[in-house]
Parts: sequence; structure tokens; C-alpha cells
Amino acid sequence: MSKIFQHLVSSAVPVPIENIDTDQIIPARFLKATTREGFGENLFRDWRFESDNTPKADFVLNNPIYSGKILVAGKNFGCGSSREHAAWAIADYGFKVVVSSFFADIFKNNALNNFILPITVSEGFLDKIFSAIEKDPKAELEVDLEGQYIKIKATGEQENFDINPYKKTCLLNGYDDIDYLLSLRSDIEKYEQSRPFNF
Amino acid sequence: MGKTLFDKIWDSHIVMSKPGHPDAVYINTHFIHEVTSPQAFDGLRKRSIPVFRPAKTRATADHNVPTMHQHLPIKEALSRLQVEMLTKNTAEFGVELYGLGHPYQGIVHVIGPELGITLPGMTIVCGDSHTSTHGAFGAVAFGIGTSEVEQVLATQCILQYKPKRMKIEVNGTLKNGVLSKDIILYIISKISASGATGYFVEYAGEAIRNLSMEARMTICNMSIEMGARGGMIAPDEVTFDYIKGREFAPKGADWDKALEYWKTLYSDADATFDQVLTFDAADIEPQITYGTNPGMGMGISQHIPSLDQLDEKEVPSFKKSLDYMDLQPGAALLGKKIDYVFIGSCTNSRIEDLRLVADFVKGKQKAADVVVWIVPGSKQVEAQAIEEGLDKVLTAAGFQLREPGCSACLGMNEDKVPAGMYCISTSNRNFEGRQGPNARTFLASPLTAAAAAITGRVTDVRELV
Repeated sequence: MSKIFQHLVSSAVPVPIENIDTDQIIPARFLKATTREGFGENLFRDWRFESDNTPKADFVLNNPIYSGKILVAGKNFGCGSSREHAAWAIADYGFKVVVSSFFADIFKNNALNNFILPITVSEGFLDKIFSAIEKDPKAELEVDLEGQYIKIKATGEQENFDINPYKKTCLLNGYDDIDYLLSLRSDIEKYEQSRPFNF
Repeated sequence: MGKTLFDKIWDSHIVMSKPGHPDAVYINTHFIHEVTSPQAFDGLRKRSIPVFRPAKTRATADHNVPTMHQHLPIKEALSRLQVEMLTKNTAEFGVELYGLGHPYQGIVHVIGPELGITLPGMTIVCGDSHTSTHGAFGAVAFGIGTSEVEQVLATQCILQYKPKRMKIEVNGTLKNGVLSKDIILYIISKISASGATGYFVEYAGEAIRNLSMEARMTICNMSIEMGARGGMIAPDEVTFDYIKGREFAPKGADWDKALEYWKTLYSDADATFDQVLTFDAADIEPQITYGTNPGMGMGISQHIPSLDQLDEKEVPSFKKSLDYMDLQPGAALLGKKIDYVFIGSCTNSRIEDLRLVADFVKGKQKAADVVVWIVPGSKQVEAQAIEEGLDKVLTAAGFQLREPGCSACLGMNEDKVPAGMYCISTSNRNFEGRQGPNARTFLASPLTAAAAAITGRVTDVRELV
């Protein structure tokens, strides 16, 4: 897993479905690994494979004309279970960016903690991305974290996105939250001494 | 200006707040289980650091454990490995474990409250989205990912941006046959599976105040199903009565001091919320879901929306969902034949749920071709059910009373609903494949599930009580 994200130009894989929950991203029966690796092979398992493990031809990940490091999905992506395995599966499959018009809170945190950039765009811009890919499955998107923009290369249309400054610094430099929290040790101990009860 | 209950608790747990940074929030209680913790312990090993405050983390095995023959080794190799890893990790890092065979073992969100570990005013996290359950006690409780589990193990703190506040008031009195599960399914169906994303919810109003502690837990449990970070209810006498005398609750002079503080935990009259929603309890009938997210629900006597009632953009996802369920737009669900009934999960597996179900089925028989699984939330719930003779009533009706665990709520163990079958379930999620590959889930209250077990069909329980 690369711990740095700065800039990416890539084609994208479209999944224009709303409310994709983390049970679809990685079903519970595949959560039994005790490491973070290998979840990519079960990404979207039940949409991707029949029960006898033959690939479902009509699912986008099985269609070789679509590829790339950017996943583009309908609104409320990543709702449901807090399983970080969903973010691990997306990262392990090779995606670096997920674009949607709306993300569930826990998924967004989990993605950022795994150096995947979740980009929230307007509904209108999401439609534009889907149509660009429909026109040309190899259509490239450009993502720049420093400048906080996402651009459809073919048309030049672009939109700025929000990211909090702390997480932006983490992604640009490969820092994680534990490094920061460990540096607060004396503040944490001071806090504990100030509280008579554990609530 | 006054503060909300949420703000009072959040603000009193901030260890560090820097501009541009998320708040470093102190966590009082951290629950862990076998599925979302192994990679976090590995992270500690890689950094060569210990668990910072091991006494503030409690572990149990619940997600993938079998619900039959728990005294035998777990047959499924990967599940066994995860449970063994939990035993090894908790021993190595000095964390208390209520594992299989322990009298306190059970679903993490059932055992915390029943042991008096969950208390008002606490911050509580767990690598499980239904951690919101503990908010019923007036705690700030929410689900986290495994990287965050590692943060809490390493520092007893978590980095979080403060969510917005929403108040949901349910006024008036519930009608007969309507349970707290129906309240929360109703709210989610009104505001959608993402209607509270970005918010922390406080539930208030007469209908909420009149609920028991266990019924309040059911409401807070499903806060995540409308996207909320968590849900909470201000503590009151009902809360204090429930906690008093429980195993890990404060005792003696500590209790008096705690109570004094807990009584300050409410939203001030002049506190402002970012959003306020109001519902009338009298409008709520028994609920059932028809689709593949918890927002796709309706009153049991109603019809599934027809395509012309939907926004054009919603149609493809709606059709995909109904195709999966093999249901038609505009159809009614009453009378629909069902195959399985699951009464369990962190939403509805507590002793009151089992009492309600036993009371309802006493002297009745389940429909011949329906499989009924009752999975108590914990060893303590199971023991209590047996002490009260509920087990005899349930088995006489043809129901299987199994051993505690998450079970068919997410089908990580062998409790899976077979492909194509319909299950009426008291759990919290009706996602595709949630109860087993291609299984079809109708979410409902324990009473509605029990009624379906008897008739073999989706039934309006009000006709039977």
C-alpha cells in the first residue's frame, strides 16, 4: 500500500449505482483474514461472480474495456458496516481514488486512513463523468490533491473538491493518525489526571 | 448559550483541539471483537508499542461464532483462527476477554450494557457500526474502522471531526402492537439510508421517554442505518434504575457522585441543533422493509412504491433492488409467504425481546415449512430465558433456541439463509447477500417476526394480539 497520494491521471471504472453498502464491496463471509492483504480478489464479490465462481459478464469489473485506478460510483457510497476491509479491498484491487456525490462517514475515514482519496463531486459533475466514460471507456480523469481539483481530460471540465487540511497533509506526505496521536502522550496523561471518573 | 447533550460529552473529552486538525477525543470504553481487531494488534506489534490503557478495552467473540455446540472446537477453520487470534492478542496485550464459554460472552452491544460497563457520559467506540446502541445510556458511542481501533489501543484517543447535531422528536403515544423497532424503521423510511449522514442524533419526545432501556437501545442501534455517526438519549430514572447494581457499575459513594454528574447530562433548553425533525407516534404502524437498504421500508399494510412515485434518478437502483427481492413495484407484502424467521442480533436479542416473543407464541405452533431461529444476545440473556422458562415455550412452538452470537444478522458463521429464500428478521440490515448469498431479508420487529413464524406469511400482528 502506497502511503502517499499527490497526483493521478487515469481512466476510471463506473459503477452508477446508489447506496452501495460495504456488504456489497466485501461480503461478510470474506472478512476472516487476519491481515490487510488479498481482499481485492473478493471486491464486489457477489456482483462480480456467480455462486459457482464464474465471472458475471455484465459486471463492469469483468468488462476489459474498463480499467483504471479511479472508481466512480453513485451517491451514498460505502454505507452500512464499518468494516475497513471495504477500503482494503478497494486499495488491494488497485484503486487510488473513489469518486461519488456522497460518501458514508465511516467509509470516508477508513478510505483516508488507507491513503485512498474519496472525492465528493456535485451530482451534475458526477453525471458528466459517467457520460464521458460512456462516450469513451478510456476517458481519462486527472486528480490533483494539492490543487484540490478533478478534471475530465477530454472536455477540460473540472471541479474543485473539499478535503480537510490535516488529512490533505497526511496524504501528501504519507503521515498517519497514530504518529500524531502518539506525539500527544503528555496531553493525554494530563487529561486523564483531570477526570475523577472514567466518563 | 446552552449546550446539547452531545456537545457536553464531546467537549469534556477533548484532549487536543488544533485549528485545521480533527479533535483528539479521549475514549472511556473500547470494545473489540474477533473480526475487526487482528490487524490493529498487528499494527501495534509493527510499531513495538503496548496497549496504552488495557483496562479500558474489553473483548468478546461474537461475529463469526457458531450458535450450536459452542463447547466444541469451531469447525470452520478461518473462523476458528480469528477467535484464536483474539484469545492470543488479548492475552499478549493484557486485555480482558469474554470469549466462548465465558458466562459474560455475547454480542458486544448486548454485553456492555448488561454488565454495567456502558455508562452515561462516556465516550465509547468499537470496530462495529452498531456501537451507536450504547448511546441509549446518554453516551457518545460510535463505530470505527480498524485503523481507528489501532489508534485507540495505542493512545486511548481517536481523531475525529465533530459531527453536526440533529434532534429527532417522537411525540405522543405508540399504538398497540407497535414497538421501538417500528419507530426507528419508520424514521429511516422517512429520511432515507443517508438522511442523517454527518450528524449525531439525539432522540427525544414522549414516545422515546416512555420506552424501557432495552427498547431505547433498539432505536439507537439503528442510527447508523440512516447514516448518522451515532444516536443518543438523555439519561433519566429509567437509565439509572437499569444500571444500578450491575456488575461493573459504580457502587456506594461512587454511585452517588456518578448520579449527581449524570443528572446534568441533558440538552439545555436553549441549546440549538443543526436540524430538528418531529414525528408523531400515532402515525406509526408495524413496519416492514421491502428493498435492499433499511430506508426502503413501509407500514405493513402499505404497498411498495410504484415507479411513477419515484424520482427518475432513483429508478435504476430501485429496480435493481426489487429484482433482487423478486418483488413488484406497487405490490403489497401482507400475505407474502416467508421461509425463515430470525429473531436475534444487537438490535433485538435482549431478554425483553425474548419475553415478548414467548408471550405471543405461548400455546401456538410455528407454520410447518418455516424455520425459526432465536439467537439470544448473550449468555446472560440465554440463562435468564431458561430461568424464566421461555426456552420451553419457544421450543414447544417449534422455534430453535440457539446460543449467543451475531448469527444470521450477517451470516459470517453457518447461520445463513439459503439463496432465494425470504427471511423476516429482527436484525438491522437488508442489504443484498447480508444473510447469505442471494438471501432476501424483510426487516421487522420481534412481534411482527413472531407473527410471521406462526402464520408462515407476512402478517399484521395487530390482527393477532
